[in-house]
Amino acid sequence: MASSKAARIGEDVWKSRTEKINTEIVTLTYGTIVSSLCRDLLLPNTTSSTDYAAVNAELDRMGYNIGLRLVEDFLAKSNTGACQNLRETAEVISKTGFKIFLNITPIVSGWSSDGKSFGLVFEENPLADFVELPDDGRSQEELWYSNILCGVLRGALEMVQMQVDVRFVSDVLRGNDTTEMRVTLLKYIEDEMPPDDE
Amino acid sequence: STTNEVATKGGVSSTGAPSTAAGLDDGTREALYFRLNNMGYRVGQGLAERFSTNRPRPVTPLETIKFICKDLWPLLFRKQIDNLKTNHRGIFVLTDVRFQPLSRVSVDRRAGPRAAEELVRRAQVYLVFPAGVIRGALSALGIEATVQGETTEIPTATFQIKTKGAKA
Repeated sequence: MASSKAARIGEDVWKSRTEKINTEIVTLTYGTIVSSLCRDLLLPNTTSSTDYAAVNAELDRMGYNIGLRLVEDFLAKSNTGACQNLRETAEVISKTGFKIFLNITPIVSGWSSDGKSFGLVFEENPLADFVELPDDGRSQEELWYSNILCGVLRGALEMVQMQVDVRFVSDVLRGNDTTEMRVTLLKYIEDEMPPDDE
Repeated sequence: STTNEVATKGGVSSTGAPSTAAGLDDGTREALYFRLNNMGYRVGQGLAERFSTNRPRPVTPLETIKFICKDLWPLLFRKQIDNLKTNHRGIFVLTDVRFQPLSRVSVDRRAGPRAAEELVRRAQVYLVFPAGVIRGALSALGIEATVQGETTEIPTATFQIKTKGAKA
């Protein structure tokens, strides 16, 4: 599918087939979730030092569970078929997927030479509006604030037979110039027959 | 405006955790409710601060409650509260006859009345966060209250607001 077609479907579904909610509710609610995880998940034998690796992992896990279900909604609304290659997948993720659910289109860039890994650069990120990371000297090194998005992609792509590694590599909240996520295709998952299936 | 919105499928149910809430023991359920309610409180506080700025500040408790029913509720659930009752002594009951987070749950009718009871029990968890939102919004507007969400017949939800010093 051409990039322009992915964009057209994204626009169309966003306008006509998406139930919407005010962004600030999402921003506030997501911020509350992250801050409550930061309060709850502490390093062993401490009373207030957040285990940011655990927070990242939990956000990823929550996103994964969302992604597993969200892909159904995505397929139903967008009515797109299987992608022919990873380049097409990248375009559909950016211009259709992110458009439908978050009304943003991260820029696909930075393809690896083997064509198995690409970057998504977020010029806007509704999850992180008005957000500042805690000033504890560690969060800016360790917390990936929007990590739930990595989980969502991982879960959604797993349901369409793609095993991927998804991680943020930079975030403006940490003081980086860009917010960028890298998606790496590990393998296409083969359909396996259940054992003893006649 | 469309630039200021994102997609939604409903309440706070996307992680899948609440659906298992009914299977939790009492202590765990209480801790879960406490946490969800406090998260709602924070969201409610933020929303009230953000969205009450361009309108006259409500001066009576009733006006404040009406702000919740007519302004805050549509932001969250795309509809107003359907019914507001008060005893004029500090207690308010808000009824939403088609509460969005409960609008698409279903029950296996063949499983009989017990299934319906179980469903109502399971639905309870979806009211905890919104109850916290109401409590937080009221607090931001200067009213201390306790808020109890309840459902006896899905998809109707009621929220009982007991302001500080209320008389039954």
